[in-house]
Amino acid sequence: MTDPKFETLAVHAGAAPDPTTGARVTPIYQTASYVFDDADHAAELFNLQAFGNIYSRLTNPTNAVLEERVATLEGGATALAVASGHAAQMIAFHTLMEPGDEFLASTRLYGGSITQFSQSFKKFNWNAIFVDPADPNNFKEALTPKCKAIFIESLANPGGVVTDIAAIAEIAHEAGIPLIVDNTLASPYLCRPIEWGADIVLHSATKFLGGHGNSVGGIIVDSGKFDWSASDKFPTLSEPNPSYHGMKFHETFGELAFGIACRALGLRDLGPALSPFNAFMIITGIETLALRMKAHCENALKVADFLQNHEKVSWVSYAGLKDDAYHSLAQKYTGGAGGAVMTFGIKGGYDAGIKMVENVNLFSHLANIGDTRSLIIHPASTTHRQLNEEQQIAAGAGPDVIRLSIGIENADDIIADLDQALMQS
Amino acid sequence: MDHSSYTDEYLTNILEEVKTIAVVGASDNPSRPSNFVMRYMKRKGYRILPVNPGKAGQEFLGETFYASLSDIDVPVDMVDCFRNSEAVASIVPEAVAINAKVLWMQLGVFNETAAETAESAGLKVVMNRCPKIEFGRLSGEIAYMGGRSKIISSKRNKLLGKR
Ligand SMILES: Cc1ncc(COP(=O)(O)O)c(C=O)c1O
Repeated sequence: MTDPKFETLAVHAGAAPDPTTGARVTPIYQTASYVFDDADHAAELFNLQAFGNIYSRLTNPTNAVLEERVATLEGGATALAVASGHAAQMIAFHTLMEPGDEFLASTRLYGGSITQFSQSFKKFNWNAIFVDPADPNNFKEALTPKCKAIFIESLANPGGVVTDIAAIAEIAHEAGIPLIVDNTLASPYLCRPIEWGADIVLHSATKFLGGHGNSVGGIIVDSGKFDWSASDKFPTLSEPNPSYHGMKFHETFGELAFGIACRALGLRDLGPALSPFNAFMIITGIETLALRMKAHCENALKVADFLQNHEKVSWVSYAGLKDDAYHSLAQKYTGGAGGAVMTFGIKGGYDAGIKMVENVNLFSHLANIGDTRSLIIHPASTTHRQLNEEQQIAAGAGPDVIRLSIGIENADDIIADLDQALMQS
Repeated sequence: MDHSSYTDEYLTNILEEVKTIAVVGASDNPSRPSNFVMRYMKRKGYRILPVNPGKAGQEFLGETFYASLSDIDVPVDMVDCFRNSEAVASIVPEAVAINAKVLWMQLGVFNETAAETAESAGLKVVMNRCPKIEFGRLSGEIAYMGGRSKIISSKRNKLLGKR
């Protein structure tokens, strides 16, 4: 088939019928381990000389379908599925960073990522420098010789912000380092960062890829385009590896090098493997990604319109709105769509925000996004509560902020629930 | 022919027709890429004939290192070049002389002139590719390691015959 389109790839990529049984839907390979043909075969697998399965911490045929599916939708060369979005971040950085290294991270990130970078990564002596992405030049100014990557979100959580991927990719490449884009909120249906110069794309597959709020998972996609051997910045990829008899990943695996190193070093040693059952749930979710994203965006735009005109609402941040400050960037990167997630300011601040989340009936008050169900949260008292007020405001999660993840229910019902909850708050 | 890309059919035909592969620039060091490729292709059923003058006569993977292509005393279907791009020019006349059917240049190895010479002598040519990666891709096996088979099909995956 020549050039199948997105919707076709979302259903088929990676998932030809099972060669042995003919099963049409991807089977769940619920096995911890796999037999070797003989002792030489075992040695070749352990040495990465053969492609094959050893143990489900490293590879699993169900997970392999998810990996190829997402690599294809993102236009990457390889993918690695892991236990969560946070595991994806940890493993991607494990492949890039040495103790003492630094990286630049946008201030407009999911609060948990800011905490992971600023607290837990410190224990590995990986040091994040936070940069306001509103002006891409801020990244250029913040670069240091020890910087090994720039990390941004395409559509940023908690909402409304679109990051200028192409401009920041250029700054990263001038500095000889890769751009990592967390594409969780946009999903590859709305934005494919690799087309704009990103080198590595990460997902919390828990969100729109899986799409039904039923499985935690993460994925790392590599474009295969970055030249890891052009400098001495990335010894894990360019230098002989002692745990593989001095093999050099980039020389041996070419465009597959980053993906294989993430698996054969990071996942092997740190261990956050994805269960094949969760991989199956996420694969099934991806089959309807295009339908769901369309419905999420249509509903969210109606909700944003409604909120903009509501007496209890002081502001709405949603890049899908034509008069939004980020709409022109959205036109460039997401075809003008704003995704499912938005924030708004509730009149009455912190206390009104808490009342609002307690007064909803259709919306679920919980810490997640990217579900078929509409979700609501007050970030300052939950996801972003580890941050101080200054960091909260910098992350777009100040005391009056409410975050919504609009589901695929009927828009009238969604709006009616918000209206009654606002009027009581 | 244009060597910037190859159809799956072109590469599949090569990998299905070929039975013996002479590997020029073969290394017995287990961490070198040529070593990875030889072990993998041998397990897939190909006979691997390592060529390296510095190692001539030594045993490797059940075969003996040859000093040159012309020393090989069995029919060679494919010559796989683990040498720099310039060195391929001197490999072509030998590959033609031993009636090889395919000249394959590894990832990072390009030589348009050598390719033209080989093609005009009737050889099929592949450059800047790895037979291990292509076999893994076309058989779907590469997906186990996160690579892309790029197969979209409602038919059972026809693993290449050699397993
Ligand atoms: C944008 C973004 N990135 C990363 C994560 C972390 O993913 P996970 O919860 O799957 O570890 C989240 C989770 O909320 C997120 O929203």
